[in-house]
Amino acid sequence: MLSDILKSEIESHIHEPEHRESACTEALRIVQRDRGWIDDESLKDIAEFLGMTTHELDGVATFFNLIHRRPVGRHVIRVCSSVSCWVLGYDALREALLAKLDVLLGQTTADGRFTVLPNQCLGTCDRAPAMMIGADLYQDIDPTRLDEILDRYA
Amino acid sequence: MRNMSEKPLTERIRPNEAPASLKDYERAGGYASVRKCLSSMQPADVTQLVKDGTLRGRGGAGFPTGIKWSIVPQGADAPRPKYLVVNADEMEPGTFKDRVLLEGDPHQLIEGIILASFAIQADIAYIFLRGEYIVAQERIEKAIHEAYEAGFLGKDIIGSGYCLELHLHMSIGRYICGEETALLNALEGKRATPRAKPPFPQASGLWGKPTIVNNVETLSTLPHIVNRGVEWFKGLSRTPNGGTKLFGVSGKVKRPGLWELPLGTTVGEIMDLAGGMRDGLSLRGIIPGGASTDFLGPEHLDLQMDFDTVGKAGSRMGTGTMIVLDDKTCPVGMVHNLTQFFAHESCGWCTPCRDGLPWLQNVLWAIETGRGREDDMKMLHRHTKLLGPGMTFCALAPGAMAPLGSALTRFKDDFDQHIRAKRCPWR
Repeated sequence: MLSDILKSEIESHIHEPEHRESACTEALRIVQRDRGWIDDESLKDIAEFLGMTTHELDGVATFFNLIHRRPVGRHVIRVCSSVSCWVLGYDALREALLAKLDVLLGQTTADGRFTVLPNQCLGTCDRAPAMMIGADLYQDIDPTRLDEILDRYA
Repeated sequence: MRNMSEKPLTERIRPNEAPASLKDYERAGGYASVRKCLSSMQPADVTQLVKDGTLRGRGGAGFPTGIKWSIVPQGADAPRPKYLVVNADEMEPGTFKDRVLLEGDPHQLIEGIILASFAIQADIAYIFLRGEYIVAQERIEKAIHEAYEAGFLGKDIIGSGYCLELHLHMSIGRYICGEETALLNALEGKRATPRAKPPFPQASGLWGKPTIVNNVETLSTLPHIVNRGVEWFKGLSRTPNGGTKLFGVSGKVKRPGLWELPLGTTVGEIMDLAGGMRDGLSLRGIIPGGASTDFLGPEHLDLQMDFDTVGKAGSRMGTGTMIVLDDKTCPVGMVHNLTQFFAHESCGWCTPCRDGLPWLQNVLWAIETGRGREDDMKMLHRHTKLLGPGMTFCALAPGAMAPLGSALTRFKDDFDQHIRAKRCPWR
């Protein structure tokens, strides 16, 4: 079930009433922000609310990079894996992070605290390497700073 | 030289500071172009001004903006609603220019949106923004709200009778949305696969209605052309195409960064602003305008960065944000990274791109990790043709072939060395 609050937030993205389904990517983003990921029930609820089939919506949900169709940790770490960050040490940063959290790329820590994902260019190439944790952007990352950064997230 | 110092697009932007409120923006001359345009200009006048200013689109392709607009049906018989869509989905690897405009001066963008919308007589405008650009999202939401409150958006804008609704759409991440018809599918709530062209979006775009898709930097330029005129705008540039351009440098240079400079500034001058290479490193290659452009080399430092000149040198200016390859970084590894990006971001619609890019990624990884074979080079060369222009549904795969194809020639010895020695010399 979508709460009334979520429904009204989704409604606010329906700018042209004859095209309700156009709000589906916003709806996926909003519901995921609330629940962490898009489970089958959320998918069904959103589809119903916007007048789509679940298959249509799943086609969209699985197409885009930022939507999770599997559970993730409380904080998603997105390490920029694109070219400028690669030149400036993406491999070393990624390996340091994965070793510290004892996971492989794409996995969630045993305590459910972090999921580590690669991310396409974060658009901050002059301050590479970069990553995001949730909504927070980190730039010019020195892997020796990782503990201090990760400690900010419970 | 007067124009090295003029930076109309970025003069109001202060790093690490929130952008001006609408009140302060107006006090500094903001929205004057909207007042001028809506009180004394016809839509065709705005288009003519942009044509005369020889503004070319700043998203990467460099298509003349005024000509793009002039194809939109006008008059009482034109289909409605008409749309202006802002491509703010900056996702080209190595590109970090629109972020600065979006975070630093959102009202400048909105001002440009109103002018472009007026020129094509759009009823509704959408900003299609990258999901990861969260600071930009907050600032644009605030700016749109302020612009509605002040009567620059909505019904009867500042008493002119012109009406425009502006909405912010947050994307959920896919490079292919930079292709304008894929972007329109995403806005419609569909998988973002490109559409067949023709029809072009100017005639049949969002929900089949006339639609213009313009880049953030292009639109941010418009208020200055309207305010200060064609001659001034053309005088900003060192080339026949008018304006300044945001140029950036990333990679192992001393001071990576972004600068607003005359169109036609040379590669070497931009590299100088970046402080040159870090100590102990020398320059081997430059990807001039985002991942989907061909490598240039140290011999190109005198090359002017503008659409035609870089094109003649065998690459593209693209987004104008250069990625630098130094002599301690493996070119094969770099091209593998780029190809991996394109393989991941292929929408899967057409076979050469969907199957070809992962194949190339695997072969490049084999070479990089010492498992390359003698005939791999021939295979890679052949694929740059098979996935090249004209062979795929859209420009994604040909874009991926630009750095690969040029690297195969420019860094041939490095590839051969990997294959012969069965290892990467940099590892």
